[in-house]
Amino acid sequence: MAAPLSVEVEFGGGAELLFDGIKKHQVTLPGQEEPWDIRNLLVWIKKNLLKERPELFIQGDSVRPGILVLINDADWELLSVSSRAASPQPLLSQLLGWNWEGSPEGLPLSSAPHQGELDYQLQDQDSVLFISTLHGG
Amino acid sequence: MCQVGEDYGEPAPGEPSPAPRPSREQKCVKCKEAQPVVVIRAGDAFCRDCFKAFYVHKFRAMLGKNRLIFPGEKVLLAWSGGPSSSSMVWQVLEGLSQDSAKRLRFVPGVIFVDEGAAFGKSLEERSKTLAEVKPILQATGLPWHVVALEEVFSLPPSVLRCSAQEPAGSEGAYKAAVDSFLQQQHVLGAGGGPGPTQGKEQPPQPRLDPQSLARPPAAAQTEALSQLFCSVRTLTAKEELLQTLRTHLILHMARAHGYSKVMTGDSCTRLAIKLMTNLALGRGAFLAWDTGFSDERHGDVVVVRPMRDHTLKEVAFYNRLFSVPSVFTPAVDTKAPEKASIHRLMEAFLLRLQTQFPSTVSTVYRTSEKLVKAPRDGPAASDSSPCCLLCMCALDVDAADSATAFGAQTSSHLSQMQSPTPLTETRTPPGPCCSPGVGRVQGCGQGACRREDPQACIEEQLCYSCRVNMKDLPSLDLLPPYILAEAQLRTQRAWVLQEIRDCLIEDSDDEAGQS
Repeated sequence: MAAPLSVEVEFGGGAELLFDGIKKHQVTLPGQEEPWDIRNLLVWIKKNLLKERPELFIQGDSVRPGILVLINDADWELLSVSSRAASPQPLLSQLLGWNWEGSPEGLPLSSAPHQGELDYQLQDQDSVLFISTLHGG
Repeated sequence: MCQVGEDYGEPAPGEPSPAPRPSREQKCVKCKEAQPVVVIRAGDAFCRDCFKAFYVHKFRAMLGKNRLIFPGEKVLLAWSGGPSSSSMVWQVLEGLSQDSAKRLRFVPGVIFVDEGAAFGKSLEERSKTLAEVKPILQATGLPWHVVALEEVFSLPPSVLRCSAQEPAGSEGAYKAAVDSFLQQQHVLGAGGGPGPTQGKEQPPQPRLDPQSLARPPAAAQTEALSQLFCSVRTLTAKEELLQTLRTHLILHMARAHGYSKVMTGDSCTRLAIKLMTNLALGRGAFLAWDTGFSDERHGDVVVVRPMRDHTLKEVAFYNRLFSVPSVFTPAVDTKAPEKASIHRLMEAFLLRLQTQFPSTVSTVYRTSEKLVKAPRDGPAASDSSPCCLLCMCALDVDAADSATAFGAQTSSHLSQMQSPTPLTETRTPPGPCCSPGVGRVQGCGQGACRREDPQACIEEQLCYSCRVNMKDLPSLDLLPPYILAEAQLRTQRAWVLQEIRDCLIEDSDDEAGQS
């Protein structure tokens, strides 16, 4: 049972266009059975904050490639650096057989990307920042 | 760099206890002391200070390694407001303010191109963007220019001519230039002082470019530009056309104000995407110019890409951690779906691949580093070898060869055009037919424009990828006048050359025979 959490969700780099142009959102996540992790937060954002074009922000379970996530001003990839370093690099031949358009299930490597990061459990007063790198240059 | 005596218990904001984040106890891979904040490449965690040093070092190393920018040279920074170019401007500013040994020695200016008219933005929206842009430009303290894209309609045709190329400086020339510059500084006693010679020269210079003083562009030009962009059928062609026009405009401004180099903020990720996109667009022959560090196709003005070693992730983190000001300007592909254009598709492909295989972008980048430009035969050859009208790369199409699919395409197009002959002969070509230099007005005019399709005249002078792009424009008459004028001039010149070829003395043969 998770208590209600108050987190600050911020969008930058053009991602705010999908949220009515508002960059900072102070949100209160309601109490629920499972603890709040990033995966649940994304579902909540999609349902409650996202105003248009969900495919430009969320892809499958995770954010769209090209969108950076910072949790308390630190890269969310720090949360799974150790696990990624241990995984083996795939062979080029495996790459060729990959249907990149659908979900990348065919690879012998771990399933969808960012599994370690998505499992991070949110704390009260955390700040999560989504920066889109896809726009501008 | 990281301080040795730093307090290790520096708490990150909002972090109650280390237990929920086991891997943050990992230390920065460089200094092995501070808490890491960002992961670069696969698994290298850097702390804030080490990341900054790494980032700045990459920028300086890219400039220093290539040794193209001589001391005291005027360099124009092309700033679009986006994160990469903002970061580049910031790096240049920081580089200029360092102590004399490491200070950047060139003289920069900044240019911002207002492209709102191409996307159908209203005047209010554009002036709102400009209101955000101008304070940032003024805060840089560099001479700045704001131009609207509509000004392409008043460009002269000379923009499209490759000026004579200056011979590339050898190693010795660069070193000699740096040494003499340092000696000058030393003699003037300004080394390390607060006001170096170039700084003293700047205050009398007007900070504001007179053109940029809030004068809105002519409504007719705005209308013409939005008409042009609305008529383009595909997003791919729109993006390519926008890029071409923007390049010409920046080139013109650089020439007008005496800048010999232009720096653009293309990052590693963007260049990797550009490389793959250009392969799909048919620009494979020009990859080295499009994605390399320096692009000398325009001759006197060289385009330089100092950010090409920085990935978008590093740029975004740096901008966030060190509060680099940037302005969000909507582009032609904002909120476009994934398959809207070749550029979008390639971007989605590469970025998706990157999440699975984090070395994708750097591999493509390293491949682009290995591309070597086909050497031009020397300054004399640049006049004789034809260049594409729009992108100014070598013309790679052999129009006479009807065996190629391309040749078949253009010849069928021409045969369609030539069948209604009575109609074409009565059509008079738009604008003055001949340049004043040519004596035979009547004959030349009729001869050159005989095949009259101005469309075919223009298409002949384009490289393959530009031709494919122009196919998405239903009418080439909407193009800015400087392009049409230059196309006509070149057609005429080619025709005249053809006519008097028999009368020309082949200089090289004669000299070889006599000597």
